[in-house]
Amino acid sequence: MRGRDLGFRLGTGAFALVLIVIVVAIGVELTRQSMLSIQKFGLTFWQTTTWDPVAGDFGALPFIWGTLYSSVLALLLAAPVSLGIAVFISELCPAAFKQPLIFLTELLAAIPSIVYGLWGIFVLVPAVRQLQVLTPDWLRQVPLFSGPPLGVGMLSAGLILAVMVIPFTSSVAREVLRSVPVSQREGAYALGATRFEAIRAALFYARTGIIGAIMLGFGRALGETMAVTMVIGNTPRISTSLYAPQYTMAAVLANEFTEADTELYTHALIEIGLVLFIITLIINVLSRMLIWSMARSAKPRTQPAARPAAAVA
Amino acid sequence: MMQRDTWRKLLSSLFVGFCAMSVLVALLPLAFILFFVVKEGIQALDLAFFVHMPTPVGEVGGGMANAIVGTLILTSLGSLMAIPIGIVSGVYMSEYAGTRYAAAVRFAADTLNGVPSIVIGVFVYGFAVLPFKQFSALAGGVALGIMMIPIIARTTEELLLLVPSTMREGALALGATKARAVFTVVLPAALPGIMTGVILALARIAGETAPLLFTSLNNRFFTTRLDQPIASLTVQVFTYAISPYADWHRQAWAGALVLVGLVLTCSLAARLATRRLERLHAGR
Repeated sequence: MRGRDLGFRLGTGAFALVLIVIVVAIGVELTRQSMLSIQKFGLTFWQTTTWDPVAGDFGALPFIWGTLYSSVLALLLAAPVSLGIAVFISELCPAAFKQPLIFLTELLAAIPSIVYGLWGIFVLVPAVRQLQVLTPDWLRQVPLFSGPPLGVGMLSAGLILAVMVIPFTSSVAREVLRSVPVSQREGAYALGATRFEAIRAALFYARTGIIGAIMLGFGRALGETMAVTMVIGNTPRISTSLYAPQYTMAAVLANEFTEADTELYTHALIEIGLVLFIITLIINVLSRMLIWSMARSAKPRTQPAARPAAAVA
Repeated sequence: MMQRDTWRKLLSSLFVGFCAMSVLVALLPLAFILFFVVKEGIQALDLAFFVHMPTPVGEVGGGMANAIVGTLILTSLGSLMAIPIGIVSGVYMSEYAGTRYAAAVRFAADTLNGVPSIVIGVFVYGFAVLPFKQFSALAGGVALGIMMIPIIARTTEELLLLVPSTMREGALALGATKARAVFTVVLPAALPGIMTGVILALARIAGETAPLLFTSLNNRFFTTRLDQPIASLTVQVFTYAISPYADWHRQAWAGALVLVGLVLTCSLAARLATRRLERLHAGR
């Protein structure tokens, strides 16, 4: 009977191995397929701004810039809102509204990226263009708001990314808040704290997990492809302006991969994919470590799944 | 002192107000998106959309029959690959929860879940398209399958951990092997929940575009061949959305409505099923 249980363990373990193999294989395969570009350009690939497939000259700095800019912008917009939602659902709202609100916010995560993109092109971008037209001249002197009113660009990308990230960050933040012991809040109330002060105490207690939740949202924003591709304007240049069309790593892959006609071009694109993989990997690992350490210190239970329940179960 | 308390109460009310506003701020885009998708989509959605093929450029009308069949084929291929691997890995993670290997698998699953879908597309291109010099439905199915595996594995694990250990112990006490106890007692007990998870994973995967862009590519013709490029609803919506033709935009909205309808139906069904399960458990 021992032997049979061993067989069961090995058999199921072999299936589980597939997951590990895939993750390792992604890293290996992407490295192998980008060797030409890695060898030819080395680190200058990430320091130069020329992206000229015809001349075979590739510099990926604009894509890194656009990816980081759009994700940071999305996070700045989404983080306070996500925390507000998490607090409202876990601490403030009447019990009867809890489940419906959770369902609705998580529906945001269930809507396909392509639908966000479609809505972005035909509804959001014209609205943003209108906003840009109405920008007063003195404000346009500021580099952040300079440039012609195109609609497509960093602002549209940041807005749409923010909406897409909210369900992820708020659902993890809610889980984290739930793991804060009730005694924390009761203690604060007993000392005469107002609601805000008691919740602030709970938020402070949960700070590592909250930071983890925000980072997880950041990881999502970095890799988001379709919606961003459709509204960011796809122009490889570095600009601080919110109004300027720019480009992201994921977007350049989506747009140019099937058009890459030389091997070097393909390898350059795959190198972008490789770096995107490594960055999201690091961000995800860090954020999960923060969330786990928080969950473990609060209660020795299984790790909370770091994703919205509506998108999964 | 009085003044300070007034200030504290005001701050507290402001904070509560901010939190309530946050919920509205998030639900507003949701309402907007659903409103536009339904409004624009309803006008374009007709029987032709489901049964007709795309018309040549410039010709009005036609539908996305090929893309709908394509999406069905691609998601079926993905589930065929992901459901067995996902469920069995989930079984391992819950049965041997404390082991280091299970922790590594869980870590891999969460990592894979966070890998951008476009990167998975590039990865699959490297080993399933490039060597054969052929975009194919099979490659697209593999890409979707890779995205589904971690979702199903983690859902299975979580749901198996909810099954009372007395059930497993009862089976073992009757002399069942571990495999028998798991596959005939524990897994069936968790099956309704797992099915719900699988359906949600399916809905999510059916809405993926990025991993298909350079695996299954697109196809303007009807095909069920697995070694050929195949159309999918999402890629078709993308192609139509960025095209300059008004009639294609109209059809893109119709495609979006179908996708959103699919997701919405699955989410609602899953939520109802979960609630029923919860009540069942509570009643026990």
